[in-house]
Amino acid sequence: MYILPLFVVIPLGGAFLISLLGKRMKAIPDSLGFICTGSLFLFSLFSVFLTSNMEVIVYKVGGWVPPIGICMVLDGLTSFMLVTLNLVSFLVAIYSVSYMERYTDKWKFYVLFFLMLAGMNGIVVTGDLFNLFVFLEIASISSYALVAFGTEEEELEASFKYAIMGSVASSFILLGIALLYSIAATLNMADISLEIAKLQSSSRILKFIIVLFIMGFGLKAALIPFHAWLPDAHPSAPAPISAMLSGVLIKVLGVYALIRIFFNVIGTDKTILSILIILGIISMIMGAFLAIGQKDMKRMLAYSSISQIGYIIFAIGIQTPLAIFAGLFHLINHAVFKSLLFLNSGAVEYSADTRNLDEMGGLNNRLIITGHTSLIGSMSISGIPPLSGFWSKLLIILAAVQAKYVGLAIVAILVSILTLAYYLRLQRDAFFGRLNERLKAIKEVPWTMQVSMLILAFVCIFGGLMLIPFLRPFLHNAADALLEGRNYAGLVLGAVK
Amino acid sequence: MITYFLCLALFCVGLYCVLRKRNLIKIIIGLGIIDYAVNLFFVLIGYRHKGRAPILSSTQEIKNMVDPIPQALVLTAIVIGLAVTALIVAIAMRLYEKYGTFDITKIKRLKG
Repeated sequence: MYILPLFVVIPLGGAFLISLLGKRMKAIPDSLGFICTGSLFLFSLFSVFLTSNMEVIVYKVGGWVPPIGICMVLDGLTSFMLVTLNLVSFLVAIYSVSYMERYTDKWKFYVLFFLMLAGMNGIVVTGDLFNLFVFLEIASISSYALVAFGTEEEELEASFKYAIMGSVASSFILLGIALLYSIAATLNMADISLEIAKLQSSSRILKFIIVLFIMGFGLKAALIPFHAWLPDAHPSAPAPISAMLSGVLIKVLGVYALIRIFFNVIGTDKTILSILIILGIISMIMGAFLAIGQKDMKRMLAYSSISQIGYIIFAIGIQTPLAIFAGLFHLINHAVFKSLLFLNSGAVEYSADTRNLDEMGGLNNRLIITGHTSLIGSMSISGIPPLSGFWSKLLIILAAVQAKYVGLAIVAILVSILTLAYYLRLQRDAFFGRLNERLKAIKEVPWTMQVSMLILAFVCIFGGLMLIPFLRPFLHNAADALLEGRNYAGLVLGAVK
Repeated sequence: MITYFLCLALFCVGLYCVLRKRNLIKIIIGLGIIDYAVNLFFVLIGYRHKGRAPILSSTQEIKNMVDPIPQALVLTAIVIGLAVTALIVAIAMRLYEKYGTFDITKIKRLKG
């Protein structure tokens, strides 16, 4: 029970200590970065163990009893998201030790990184709607600053665009929360859900709130009509941050918040689900088409993120147990392989100093680890059999067929082929073939960067093992927490006593 | 009821400003207007005619207490808005140093 506040306290404390000491003592930022993210990862694994038999654990902040005070909730979905988030952030922290030497003021990077981590962990553990908004803003503001970290023309421009769109989205979310407060007179998520149950389901104000939340969180998740900031912001950030943004930030701020509120608080109906399916399908198709023509490696990966988020939202919109299971499985897989691919692109930039695919070629001869791990990541994301991406896509397509969305299942398969096409192009242009004359002198990246890429590649290869009965409860409990729907209120308020 | 619609009108003014203006500073001001509109709306939800502060006192009975939560929340939201504005203004200043203009149609390195 006392483990829950640690997920917010550790990164906040880390940020505080680094900002205090980091400038004078050079060793502090790196070592604290490693220790804090490592302990967070261990705690998140422990939280899976705590929720293994469908228990809900509630922590009362300051001892105030939930409908009045703020509470933190740990259930299956929370511990699932915590593992995803902290696994990626741990490896990214290891990677940053060498990579961030390219920039000045490394300690500032760590401070912002930890604030972002505190925000994301907070969103996942909180059980209070306004608290969620505050953590969402903490994570967003630090990510705006991190996108601009290089302070070159492109980075500032991308950051400005991202900050404006993100703030408008936050205003929509705040307006939604205000309206929800006006009808429910409470901010506790469990309590709101009880109040809404008393309301008539066709209440017009509720529909307006749903629209506001879809706009707000949809923009944070970069679903297609709201995606314009992502292809600029994600490539402009330093590579470890691109990995965090594409790997987990859009999932925590967008997908997690969206599904938690729609499934457990407001309650889903046909209309919401069909909106999710439509947004998912459009993002899937458009993201893939836009990715094909890109010359910038990181920009291609960013468009591919939009396409894969489309898969996740589509699967969750189908709402059968299998589909939600598959969607969450794809969520963790995508977090792993997309952060791997962004770290690879960072490694290429580190040694060859280019992101343009035309200027690369034959990098496999020089960057052995980078080249091969990126091959694993690319094959996994395009769904080649033994790798993790294949299993989650297969499950999504099976779930779609089972729910009688055969046409959409075919679309998903076609998009998957398209995905394979542009990743093969990336591999051919960057890593295979003859070594480009200009790149004769480059060397492989330092070992800390290699280690994190190797671990992520390892998870990609063996990610399919999450389906074996022994490990399946990890995903099952997460899907079940969503499928409980509005029973969430009873579970949370029951766990308080 | 009319006050709520005026809030909505203010929100739309801000949104128009963000979407249609070309000057970075005007966009930031538009963002501020959106913030104010939402905050104002939030406070108005908790408004009560002739209400008074909810302070517990043993000597007198208090009628018509105002719900303090919206006000507390709006305070938080204002602080967040301040942080966002400060950050965006800093970025806009850096952009001006690099490009020498505030016109967004001239700031377009990124596309595609």
